[in-house]
Amino acid sequence: MTTEQQASIASVTDRVRALAVGAPVTSVHFLAERAAFVCGEEHVALVDRQGEIAKTVVHSGGILCAASDGERVVTGGDDSKVVALDAKGETATLATDPKRGWIDNVALHPDGTIAWSAGRIAFIRSAKGEEKSLDVPSTVGGLAFAPKGLRLAIAHYGGATLWFPNMAATPEFLAWAGSHLAVTFSPDNKFLVTAMHEPALHGWRLADNRHMRMTGYPGRVKSMSWSADGKHLATSGADCVIMWPFANKDGPMGKEPAMLAPLQARAAVVACHPKQGVLAAGYSDGTILMVRLEDGAEILVRANGTPAVSALAFNAKGTLLAFADEEGNAGLLEL
Amino acid sequence: MPETTSEKVPVTVLTGYLGAGKTTLLNRILSENHGKKYAVIVNEFGEIGIDNDLIIGADEEVFEMNNGCICCTVRGDLVRIMGGLMKRRGKFDAIIVETTGLADPAPVAQTFFVDEDVQKNARLDAVVTVADAKWLSDRLKDAPEAKNQIAFADVIVLNKTDLVSKGELAEVEARIRGINPYAKLHRTERCKVTLSDVLERGAFDLDRILDIEPDFLEADDHDHDHDHHHHGHDHHHHHDDHGHGLKHYHDEEMQSLSLRTDKPLDPSKFMPWLQNLVATDGQKILRSKGILAFAGDDDRYVFQGVHMMLEGDHQRKWREGEPRESRLVFIGRELPAEVIREGFERCIVS
Repeated sequence: MTTEQQASIASVTDRVRALAVGAPVTSVHFLAERAAFVCGEEHVALVDRQGEIAKTVVHSGGILCAASDGERVVTGGDDSKVVALDAKGETATLATDPKRGWIDNVALHPDGTIAWSAGRIAFIRSAKGEEKSLDVPSTVGGLAFAPKGLRLAIAHYGGATLWFPNMAATPEFLAWAGSHLAVTFSPDNKFLVTAMHEPALHGWRLADNRHMRMTGYPGRVKSMSWSADGKHLATSGADCVIMWPFANKDGPMGKEPAMLAPLQARAAVVACHPKQGVLAAGYSDGTILMVRLEDGAEILVRANGTPAVSALAFNAKGTLLAFADEEGNAGLLEL
Repeated sequence: MPETTSEKVPVTVLTGYLGAGKTTLLNRILSENHGKKYAVIVNEFGEIGIDNDLIIGADEEVFEMNNGCICCTVRGDLVRIMGGLMKRRGKFDAIIVETTGLADPAPVAQTFFVDEDVQKNARLDAVVTVADAKWLSDRLKDAPEAKNQIAFADVIVLNKTDLVSKGELAEVEARIRGINPYAKLHRTERCKVTLSDVLERGAFDLDRILDIEPDFLEADDHDHDHDHHHHGHDHHHHHDDHGHGLKHYHDEEMQSLSLRTDKPLDPSKFMPWLQNLVATDGQKILRSKGILAFAGDDDRYVFQGVHMMLEGDHQRKWREGEPRESRLVFIGRELPAEVIREGFERCIVS
């Protein structure tokens, strides 16, 4: 995208509050009104509406994963620890892997249960502190809780395992060749989607385990986000935002995805607005756009020629957008 | 030209059959006073007694890429570990990947060719194979893994040379050369080797594909052809006229094939031929590399490959007075030598 083209679209770049986190950021979450920027190593930077930055050490090494339920950010590190950070900046170590393994994935359930994985083992701990674990055939690539009940999806090589930790039944195995990484349930609990090591998504309709192959990406999909109405899945990995339709019972089977906000750069992070039909997309050339799903209308949040965007999130009310890049530049936008 | 490789973290792959001395070499590398910090990816904790470096346990999980190419396997755990390590880039200078004694080095090497994130951040420096001077000859007969590791190597550390006689040493070296005449070979006791001989080799660096001459040419500098593919019987191919007692073994299964011509190649014939060759025979071809002189092109073209994966680029201008000669090397299992040779000759501009 040239500067000329950028000039022709609506811009809110002058309303962005620039923040210097000072270290590469891998994800951002909101704890009430504060944005929590998770750094690649050691720190989480909590930033309030006034732009005041407070850094907290959560791990003694690399931070490999993070998840948030709006009240705390839970991170896993290469120091074998699972750590929770709350909005006040207070930390608590929730678990330490006995085998010194890296904590590769974390997921949070609304009832306070947390899940994490180290190598081939997925762990779960209820709010009361009761712990269970499940060995899967190979290293866990991703974890996700189902929107209903206490059910955990564990992505790994060769497919995904669905586990009801409170039931004695053998976990269900959904097979599909290849390495499955990130995993997500559709908000209506009807579909499970994984991002694979190759540039493709794989999906299962949970009613009958029917397969859905979503291919054609030039790069690996690293970011997925469900639209506010749950009818679309926005994904990174292409030179635009790819939106898969999940509105009817067949999901995206036999349908073409929508392609929004095409640029001369790779979409790196996507985040859907929690209330409206709008999404934010961050690109490898630093561009950040807000896009209306209905007609693809774009608003420029950050111009290109800046470091690749690595984190993007709306707060739960949808009144704030936070972003950060691979070099530790960040921003907050009030909507 | 390839993008600047200096910013990418160099990765050394350390292989060797069980008991050859990999851990000894690793401990030697880590304990030497070189002022560098290494991230070491190992299969078992405990044997390494160095606190200063990052030690990461791996699972050696190999999986097939879903690209319809059955020999295109990668180390999934390595993809994951590299992703984690890249968050701590300032904390180490280089990475060493130790494989288990029974491992095939190909999936490790291929991980650095096919994974876009790994490729962006790291570069394969060399495959270093530790071999046991006393037992390697036996292992080459009964352990296909050991043969693979020798065939794949850029550097071979022939260890425990104090435990064998001169004759036995000559024998095991000849057997190694029968499989892979191109690797740099170092004879050691207790893996005592100069670190610059195993680290920062740049063996996969397209700019430095110069090590295409057989390593032992200095010792054996008359012209001969290593492609003895017509022997129906076992090994032992002794040239009496050598005068310095170097035996020549031919391994029935694993060989190298070198091709050269001083006539220019036709790029419109050569490239499709090479791509087709690795597509059809890539399972047999472990390593390939070449320096090429194309007709009407003032640049040297260099390429290298692991099984079906190839990468190549224009390297630099041919220097004045430098012979514009094309040289190719294939190391592999049951190579269809005649077919390759004929195919290559058809790419020469007549």
